Amino acid sequence: MSGEFPGGGGQTSRAPAFRTPLKRARGLGSGKSGTHHFWVQRVTAIILVPLVVWFILVLLSLVGADLEAARSTIARPWNAILFAIFLVTLFWHARLGLQVVIEDYVHKRSLELALQLLVTFLCGLGAIASLYAIARIAFTA
Amino acid sequence: MANRERPLSPHLQVYKPQITTTMSILHRITGVSLALGGISLVWWLMSIAIGGEAFAFASKQWSSPLGLVFLFGFTLALVYHLLNGIRHLLWDAGWGFDIPTAYKTGYSVFVVGFVVTGLIWFCGLRGGA
Repeated sequence: MSGEFPGGGGQTSRAPAFRTPLKRARGLGSGKSGTHHFWVQRVTAIILVPLVVWFILVLLSLVGADLEAARSTIARPWNAILFAIFLVTLFWHARLGLQVVIEDYVHKRSLELALQLLVTFLCGLGAIASLYAIARIAFTA
Repeated sequence: MANRERPLSPHLQVYKPQITTTMSILHRITGVSLALGGISLVWWLMSIAIGGEAFAFASKQWSSPLGLVFLFGFTLALVYHLLNGIRHLLWDAGWGFDIPTAYKTGYSVFVVGFVVTGLIWFCGLRGGA
């Protein structure tokens, strides 16, 4: 009977299924972090909903604008702050989403790991480069 | 693995496409596209921060035919991902997960999405002229 439990009692038929399903799941996949990934993806999504609408309106106001107009718009205190929140949240959300896509479709472990690292680095780079650009615009406009 | 007969995932080649599955994969495709397009957002901000020739060069690229096609695709993907993302958040909150409602909200995403994208481009082209 115990032999029919997947991974339950080890190799010998004498060993009963001492290990509970919880014990076997711990440390694997979402067993490491529970619903944390799911939750942060939703929190960033909720932040991005109003910010995307705001961002589209700002971009529309900048159509055909020259450099000075674009700089002074982004440099306005609340615009600069919202731009910073928008870009950081966007790259965070992107990283979480891309992570799941890679987990689902890339089955070669080495390639998966390389892509996960690449995505993490690029999203971090995107967020920090955006913050640099926004700060430079805000403090020099 | 238990040695039991279990239902397998449908083979996509012989499986009739449904709006629910199509929209699910579209959500992923637009999400990945937007993440890649996010790089251009950083480039745009950088060009404004640096100014001078960098800004002139970037402005020229954005208003080129290829730049406009890119922007239009970006708008479509952004609006779709936004609206369908709201649909996902409503599901997470426990609303609209039954099939008739999921179909209705699904079609609404397409209709509202095209209208909103058209509206954004109407305002953009009128403002830019």
